Amino acid sequence: MSKRKPYVKPMPANWFMANRFHTLYMLREGTSIFVGLYSLIMLWGLAALVKGEAAWNNWLGHMENPIYIGFHLIALVACLYHAITWFSLAPKAMHLQKGDQKISDKPVVVGHYIVFVIATIVILGFVAWGGAA
Amino acid sequence: MNSAMMRVKVQRYRPEQDDAPFMQEFEVPYADDMSIIDALHYIKDNLDGTLSYRWSCRMAICGSCGYMVNGVPKLGCKTFLRDYLNTGITVESLANFPIERDLVADIGDFVEKLEEIKPYIIRQDAVSVDDGEHLQTPAQLTRYRQYSLCINCGLCYAACPQYGLNNEFMGPAALTLLHRYNQDSRDQGRDERIDIVNAEEGVWGCTFVGYCSEVCPKGVDPASAIQQGKVESSTDFVMSKLRPRRPS
Amino acid sequence: MSKSGKTYHRADEPIFWGLFGAGGVVAAFATPALILITGILVPLGVLQLDYASVNAFASNWLGKIILLAVIAFPMWHACHRIFHAMHDLKIDTARGFFKLFWYGMAFVVSIAAGAYLIAI
Ligand code: SF4
Ligand code: FES
Repeated sequence: MSKRKPYVKPMPANWFMANRFHTLYMLREGTSIFVGLYSLIMLWGLAALVKGEAAWNNWLGHMENPIYIGFHLIALVACLYHAITWFSLAPKAMHLQKGDQKISDKPVVVGHYIVFVIATIVILGFVAWGGAA
Repeated sequence: MNSAMMRVKVQRYRPEQDDAPFMQEFEVPYADDMSIIDALHYIKDNLDGTLSYRWSCRMAICGSCGYMVNGVPKLGCKTFLRDYLNTGITVESLANFPIERDLVADIGDFVEKLEEIKPYIIRQDAVSVDDGEHLQTPAQLTRYRQYSLCINCGLCYAACPQYGLNNEFMGPAALTLLHRYNQDSRDQGRDERIDIVNAEEGVWGCTFVGYCSEVCPKGVDPASAIQQGKVESSTDFVMSKLRPRRPS
Repeated sequence: MSKSGKTYHRADEPIFWGLFGAGGVVAAFATPALILITGILVPLGVLQLDYASVNAFASNWLGKIILLAVIAFPMWHACHRIFHAMHDLKIDTARGFFKLFWYGMAFVVSIAAGAYLIAI
C-alpha cells in the first residue's frame, strides 16, 4: 500500500506580503487604481468643459482643494512607478537580433526613457505656451 | 569564521507520522565554500539520516536540487552559506508544489505540462533521412537558443503566484519550451501548439509578475517568452477573425 | 489535440490585453505630465488652463482624438489590472459579473468621453 500523502500548503490571500518581489508586483498593479481615478477626474473636467465656462472654472476650483492636490501628488508618484516598471518590461515582448546576436534589453529601455522625457517636455511646453490657441 | 557553526532550519514532513510539515533546526560547521546541499549532506551523514532531499549533479545542470531558501526559489548546489551569514538559513521544499517528504516536492504536474506542449520538432512534410540533416544558421539558432537552456528545475513555478493560485495554468517553463519549439526554424508544429498558447491556461494565465525570470538559474527569461506568446496569440486572434482556421 | 487529450478554449484576452497595453503606454508616457499639469501646477497657479484655450483645443479634431486617448485607454488599463488583481487577492466569486462590471465601466467611460467630445 502506498504511504504517499502529499501535503499541499495553503496559499493565503496576502501571499504577496511574504516576498519583496511579489510585494512590488502588487504595488505595480495597485498603481492602476490611481490611473483609473485620474481618468474619471479628467472625464469630469471634460463634462465641465462641455457645460461652459462657469462649470469649467468650478472644476478648476475643485482641483485647488488640498485633498485633490494631495491625491494628485500620490497619483503622480504611482504613475511614475507604473512608468518605470512599464519601461523595464517593454523590451520583453519583442525579440530583437542583429545578425546572429540577440540585442540586449538596455537600448530599448533607454529609448523609452528618452521618449518619456521628450513627451513630458512637449506636453508641459504645449500648455505653458498656450499652444491650444 | 574558521571553526564556527551555523544554524540551518530545515522543513521536515514524514507522511507516515506527520499531519503537516514542521521546521527542525540543525548546527552545521561553516566553511566559505559550503553550498546548501553540502549542509544538507552534513546533516544527513552526521545528524539525522532520515532527512530526504533531491540532488544529483552538484553543478547546476540536472535541475533536481530546487528548494526555497529563506522564501526564495534557489538551486541548493548554486547557493552558498556565506551569503546568509547575517540572515540565517531556512530551507523548505519548492513552493506551489505538494510536499512529498521533507524537502522533496512532487513536481509531477510540472513534468506533465512539459510533455503537454509537445516539446520536440514536428514536421508537416515528410523528409527522408537520406536527404540529410535540417540545416540551421547561427541567426536562426539565436531566435530560440536562450529558451533552450532550461534545466527543468521548476524554480520558476515556485516563483509564480499565478501557478500557485491556479495550477491549471501551464506555467513559465512549459510555455517557454513551447515558444522555443515554435521559434525553431526546423519545426513546423506551431498549429498543433497554438490552442494551448491561446487558452486561459496558456499565455493568458500570466499577469507578467516577472519573478520567474528573476529566479531562473540559467538566464532563460521565461517571462519574455510568455510576453512574446501573448503577441503571437493576439495576432492569431485577429487572423482567426479575418480568415477562420480550418478545423484540424 | 494536445497530448493529454484536453481541449483548450481560445481566451478573449487579446481584446482586453490590447486595450490594456494601449492604456499602459499612455499612462506611462503622457499621464505623469498631465497629472502634474491639471492636478498640481494649474491648481498652484504655475500654469493656466483657461476655458477659451482648452475649448479651442477640444474643438479641433486632433485635440479630440488626443483627449479621448488620454481618458479612455488608461481606464481600460486600470479596469483590466483591477479585474486581474481581484484574482490575485483570491476574490474569485462572480468572475463573470466582475468582468462585465470592470470592462463595462471602461466602456462607459470611453463612450461618455467620446460623446462629450462630439458635443463640443
Ligand atoms: S525556466 Fe529557468 S527556472 Fe524555470 S525550470 Fe527552466 S531553468 Fe528552471
Ligand atoms: S544538484 Fe544538479 S542542479 Fe543542483
